[in-house]
Amino acid sequence: MKAARKTSKAGAAMAIPDPAAGDDRRARSLVTPEGVDLKLRLGDAGERAAALLIDLLIMLAALIAFALLAALAMIGSKGKGWEVIGTVAVLVFFVLRNLYFVLFELTPGAATPGKRAMGLRVAARNGGRLTADAIFARNAMREIELYLPISFLAVQGDQVGAWISLAGLTWCAVFMLFPLFNRDRLRVGDLVAGTWVVKAPTRKLAPDLVETSRPSVGRFRFTMAQLDAYGVKELHVLEDVLRRYETKTIALVAARIRLKIGWSAAPDESDGDFLAAYYAALRGRLESRLLLGKRRKDKFDKG
Amino acid sequence: MAELHLKSYRFRAEREDDWRRLETLLTKVGKGSAKALSDEELLALPVLYRQALSSLSVARATSLDQGLVDYLESLSTRAYFLVYGTRSNFVERLGGFFGHAWPDAAKALWRETLASFLLTLVGVLAAYFLTLHDPDWFSAFVPGDLAGGRGPTASVEAMRATLYDHGEHKGLSVFAAFLFTHNSGVAIFAFALGFAFCLPTSMLMAYNGAMLGAFLAAFGMKGLGFEAGGWLAIHGVTEISAVILAGAAGLRIGWTLAFPGDLSRPAAMAQAGRQAATLMGGVVVMLFCAGILEGVGRQVIQNDFARYGIGLATLVAWPAYLYLPRRRSVVR
Repeated sequence: MKAARKTSKAGAAMAIPDPAAGDDRRARSLVTPEGVDLKLRLGDAGERAAALLIDLLIMLAALIAFALLAALAMIGSKGKGWEVIGTVAVLVFFVLRNLYFVLFELTPGAATPGKRAMGLRVAARNGGRLTADAIFARNAMREIELYLPISFLAVQGDQVGAWISLAGLTWCAVFMLFPLFNRDRLRVGDLVAGTWVVKAPTRKLAPDLVETSRPSVGRFRFTMAQLDAYGVKELHVLEDVLRRYETKTIALVAARIRLKIGWSAAPDESDGDFLAAYYAALRGRLESRLLLGKRRKDKFDKG
Repeated sequence: MAELHLKSYRFRAEREDDWRRLETLLTKVGKGSAKALSDEELLALPVLYRQALSSLSVARATSLDQGLVDYLESLSTRAYFLVYGTRSNFVERLGGFFGHAWPDAAKALWRETLASFLLTLVGVLAAYFLTLHDPDWFSAFVPGDLAGGRGPTASVEAMRATLYDHGEHKGLSVFAAFLFTHNSGVAIFAFALGFAFCLPTSMLMAYNGAMLGAFLAAFGMKGLGFEAGGWLAIHGVTEISAVILAGAAGLRIGWTLAFPGDLSRPAAMAQAGRQAATLMGGVVVMLFCAGILEGVGRQVIQNDFARYGIGLATLVAWPAYLYLPRRRSVVR
């Protein structure tokens, strides 16, 4: 049993772009031990940069807040508590710099506040457990990806010093820009730890459009030919239009569909009702064909 | 009428409650910890997770409601990470780390440790003999702010005074905390630098050794070699061993990047990185001990023999802990 689970996890280790996703270059397959492909999406560079920025701002805010507290404590103890305050200050700085990312990523969400805000989380690339050593490894690497470049930027000095730090920055750029030059958007730390950053959005279950269209559906009767005008792709576009429900788009799409299927509108017929009814009917038709093994991709699919 | 024919609608209506229940549990865990769940909920979690997964499979095959499929994908993914994520408790993990993970990692990296040790040794010997030969080398190896008035040009009394502390025991905890955080920072840096194909880490190891060698030579020239040895040994054994291990962890990463061996490069890197990171966890622990020994122990203990005694004890204890074979615990 254990061996079987291991192989299934090893199977998920391959970073195969999911063929079904087609144009989605960030989709990766993650096959659970139960054999279902979860179709993960990788976080893109922009989201990750934003997450990092949020985290850095939080760290900065924590530092400022602590400095204020320490100053207050100093005044409160009339300078006598300097030894305790100094010790705590040194340790707080250390924890913030080296353990901020580690501690947050050790939580069940496996994400720092910045990542959580961007809907991201860290995951093991092989689909297995995200272990503490992997989290430590990926964040220890920030030393050369993040802190070293910052220290080069902060260097003040003469012209020679400036040239040296420029050379250092160029060297560091190799590590900093590493995520942009590989398919999986791995940073150096991800490569070393065997992790990647994936999207883990929390979606709400939207109401079924068929349910909301219930009262008015009975008035519409579509012929088979009218329902065979479109495929799955168009159905999903229609679903999107109905979920957003922008009056202008609704009118436009309704006119378009009426023309295509040769539907003459009754005088009191609303565009929204027509679309909802057509959606329900089209979905019913396509799903019943799906049950017989025929997935009609789009309107050009004449299977 | 149409909805009666829609199997996907009925499918959803029948299972929606279970999905919502799973979602509630996930939200609960997201807010607190796994402890937030009652026993009953914990038992229900895997069942609900498998139901959601099977719903996802069915929905993908039969439903054309994109919103529903997206929701189930998100729900199943969140549940997957919870069900298969780390949930062993903190004490257990800590026990595993000290019990076998850390010594195992140290043993696995013995080649790198040896290389790191030799590099340090080369640095020590080179700097020692160069400084003995020509005292000007001292300033080349030791930066001015670290030398703190010590050096070949200082008087014997001044040098002796730097080795002993004269009854001022204020601020020792700050000093210890500073030493710990500073050294840990350097060690993590040495580890991370290993990624650049070992070179910077190797240089750092040799340079670290060179500073040590130059210091020893400066004291040796004044006939204070024995006293300086005690001053160094009490914490140095722990601290230098930790730095050597950090270097070894860095070397392992750089070496694997260059020569991944039988595995693919990313897979080999992941394996090496995790092992090296475990060792680095140990390094931080050692540096914590070293920080206390240096920041407090060395200031309080002024006797050379006591200093040597502690140094010797650590010299025996660390290798014994890390390298002596131990009984395998039963694999769970």
